[in-house]
Amino acid sequence: MTPNDQPDAGIVLTPEQKKRQRARSIAIALTLGALVLLFYIVTIVKLGPNVLTRPM
Amino acid sequence: MSLALKGADRPAVAHALAAAAEPSLAGVGDYFALMKPRVMSLVVFTAFVGLMVAPGPIHPVIGFTALLCIAVGAGAAGALNMWYDADIDAIMTRTAGRPIPKGRILPGEALAFGLTLAAFSVVVLGLLVNLAAAALLGFTIFFYIVVYTIWLKRATPENIVIGGAAGAFPPVIGWLSVCDYLALEPLLLFLIVFMWTPPHFWALSLSRSADYARAGVPMLPVVAGKTETRRRILIYTALLVPCGLAPYGFGFAGPLYGVVAATTGVLMLVLAWRVFTTREDPAEGAAKQLFGFSILYLFLLFAMLLVARGGAA
Repeated sequence: MTPNDQPDAGIVLTPEQKKRQRARSIAIALTLGALVLLFYIVTIVKLGPNVLTRPM
Repeated sequence: MSLALKGADRPAVAHALAAAAEPSLAGVGDYFALMKPRVMSLVVFTAFVGLMVAPGPIHPVIGFTALLCIAVGAGAAGALNMWYDADIDAIMTRTAGRPIPKGRILPGEALAFGLTLAAFSVVVLGLLVNLAAAALLGFTIFFYIVVYTIWLKRATPENIVIGGAAGAFPPVIGWLSVCDYLALEPLLLFLIVFMWTPPHFWALSLSRSADYARAGVPMLPVVAGKTETRRRILIYTALLVPCGLAPYGFGFAGPLYGVVAATTGVLMLVLAWRVFTTREDPAEGAAKQLFGFSILYLFLLFAMLLVARGGAA
């Protein structure tokens, strides 16, 4: 069996790298969640009572 | 005379290239550090004052959104600045601990981070607050990166004088977030920060001139000498103090603001005079005192404008 026949393991992260990667992923998720929430709240604020007004 | 570094003298870049093959070890704190949080806090404060002194109401949520976008825009500018200046940051003692020179964040990561934040901050400000404020925020980021960081910083000792405009725009952006037209008042706020920047940074550069010289940055003490820098600090402080008094002179703030602006202005002049007359190289204690007090001076002026807006001054 030659080295070329070995399955490619790719880049293997160290535990520290995994920990940092997870922290970055959580930070991105929280930021995106906050952005969605911000757009939702600002939409309500800008529309005000008109949020319930729908043309029939 | 060009003081710009040659490519081969850029250890941070070489280090980054060597580290590029490794998966990133950057933590969330490293990305936060890229945003220059201390600079960001001053930007947010001056923008907040600009927003508060503007005529007309603004919903607290919209005001918060405006300040958030301005803060993120400032952070984007900080990240892009650290991306471009990684080579000289690695040489200077004050900045050698930043994430890129330390190898914790790759230059490409900082560039992508900065561009993403810049795009988001401008687009969100335009969509949720107003287009005029967004346009000025976009221009401010462009000015700080392209005009100051890429062009002026390594080309002329006047870098701080012209580049200081980038730091003076936030109160105007805050104003534009409330009413999408300009008036004399936000221009006075701009003028105060604009005139404050040169003596503030030159006081810092006096005590760091060896650092700047080693990095090849043509700061005024490096190019024109410390005596000329001390003279220019005094001149710019003498020009700053009347600007600080202008909101009272034009009737935008009451006597309490006038008293605070006059008292702290005199103290600024006294400290600038001490910098001018004291020759204590390399300790530069007088310059450090002026640098520290100048931060308090700007904070007090803007805080008193807030108080004046509340009707008490």
